[in-house]
Amino acid sequence: MYNKSLRQLSDSLQKKELSSVELSQYFLARIKRLDSSLNSVITLNEEAALKAAEQADKQLQKGLGGVLTGIPLLHKDIFCTQGLRTSSGSKMLDNFIAPYTATTVQQLQQAGAVMLGKTNMDEFAMGSSNETSFYGGVKNPWDLQRVPGGSSGGSAAAVAARLAPLASGTDTGGSIRQPAAFCGITGIKPTYGRVSRYGMIAFASSLDQAGAMAKSSEDAAIMLQAMSGFDPKDSTSVDRPVDDLLQNIGRSLKGVRIGLPKEFFTDGLDSHVCEKVTEAIDALKSAGAIVKEISLPNINLSVPAYYVVAPAECSANLSRFDGVRFGYRSDEPKDLEDFYKRSRGEGFGDEVKRRIMMGAYVLSAGYYDAYYKKAQQVRRLIQQDFVKAFEEVDIIASATAPSVAFKAGEKTDDPVSMYLSDIFTIGVNLAGLPGMSVPCGFVDQMPVGLQLIGNYFDESRLLNVGHQYQQMTNWHDMIPTGFGQE
Amino acid sequence: MPIQSEDVLKIAHLARLAVSDEQVKSYASDLSNIMNLVEQMNEVDTSGVEPMAHPLDQSQRLRADEVTEKNQRELLQENALDTEDGLFLVPKVID
Repeated sequence: MYNKSLRQLSDSLQKKELSSVELSQYFLARIKRLDSSLNSVITLNEEAALKAAEQADKQLQKGLGGVLTGIPLLHKDIFCTQGLRTSSGSKMLDNFIAPYTATTVQQLQQAGAVMLGKTNMDEFAMGSSNETSFYGGVKNPWDLQRVPGGSSGGSAAAVAARLAPLASGTDTGGSIRQPAAFCGITGIKPTYGRVSRYGMIAFASSLDQAGAMAKSSEDAAIMLQAMSGFDPKDSTSVDRPVDDLLQNIGRSLKGVRIGLPKEFFTDGLDSHVCEKVTEAIDALKSAGAIVKEISLPNINLSVPAYYVVAPAECSANLSRFDGVRFGYRSDEPKDLEDFYKRSRGEGFGDEVKRRIMMGAYVLSAGYYDAYYKKAQQVRRLIQQDFVKAFEEVDIIASATAPSVAFKAGEKTDDPVSMYLSDIFTIGVNLAGLPGMSVPCGFVDQMPVGLQLIGNYFDESRLLNVGHQYQQMTNWHDMIPTGFGQE
Repeated sequence: MPIQSEDVLKIAHLARLAVSDEQVKSYASDLSNIMNLVEQMNEVDTSGVEPMAHPLDQSQRLRADEVTEKNQRELLQENALDTEDGLFLVPKVID
């Protein structure tokens, strides 16, 4: 049952061969049995989940349900959920129970999905390996010595181990796509503004975007459809109709123009990973796609520009955590300054503090023009490169990450080498474009991800290409050893 | 540009972060490495390029000036460590 597609599960529910309570109990039991080795779930929502499943069953009995009615899923612990702890992976919010629910969680609830729990993540989504979580790192189900990627590593590991058919994620610099690649699942980050950020704990507001993580492109399309749309509560939400993401998913790839940025196929890319990605591109070509080399001349500056823009926005966003109204508070302060400094110093982990300081530095008097303004100008150049490229091609393809998942502890002492593991994904966030990762083979028994980048609001084409690729291959159906029994 | 221990102390103060003496050195070295990465931006001439603050170049949407939120003070204070008469209580920090 764990490896069924969303459509198959939904059909069984609609035909009442299976109830949502049974399905939810089945996945809750898998989490309880299998997650002790992974640490992908921070908080279980068992009681409320079974109640929601009962409600879904009532809908299904009346023949009222939609495709997501009664389907269990997990939410990244960055989304506020009323009545259930929302920690953002931080000691700062270890005791925080949000007084309201994030819009996108609500949308999925309204579609009938059943929240089984909240997934582990890098603290405040700052990390590429899940090792910065206050709740301990997540293990990669393909090799427990390795990281699942980050920051949505809990969601990726959980879907890969089939602990839930779907999980939400967020992506500020690659945090959906890179863990999806490392864990061998499908993940899509839509265009900036497509999914509401209301109730999603902010890291870098001009880059943060929520998306869907699932086994296949079709499952991800169904989930993303429910999450997308205008939200008046998010001032950066885009007021424009949402495409039907499934309508064109079966369209032939004949004539689809795919660009390969030459800057993404260089020495920085592991040669074995490159082979797998090239094979995937060949498969797309054999299905009728037209492949050509393109250039994104400034893309090599995306990591440098990102590590100004993101920390600057993070230092502003995280200034709200002051120990006064909610969150962690230090004991016995000497004075007001000590109260703030120790509440924040003790409540935040090292990587978060590093980024807050980095942000405070680049925004401080005398440095603003040299760093912050410069980074915003470089951001413009990177975006213009993409805009120009999309005059010639419909899709851009590359590896999602320069290597397969690395070993736990391998990069924790060297922040810069950790940052460079997002070298192929970060430009997409700076430009605000949609991007996805689909599994395209294995190197050393570890999954490899193919990154597909689309033009603004062209999620349906991305999902079309992903789906067509998955019609030709079965990488997305593979299950890590140890997680393949009922 | 290398970041010195004094710089770390200054930034940590600006950001209101307590940093232990042992940590100052490692932050200085980490932040210096990150700044080296960041300074690669200087490779490209950006004179005349308009800074980009928003990926879709949109400005903040305005809404009608009407009250839409209801008063939920009690609900919103449920996460507070200590309150009294609707006020947040903090430890005494001024003598």
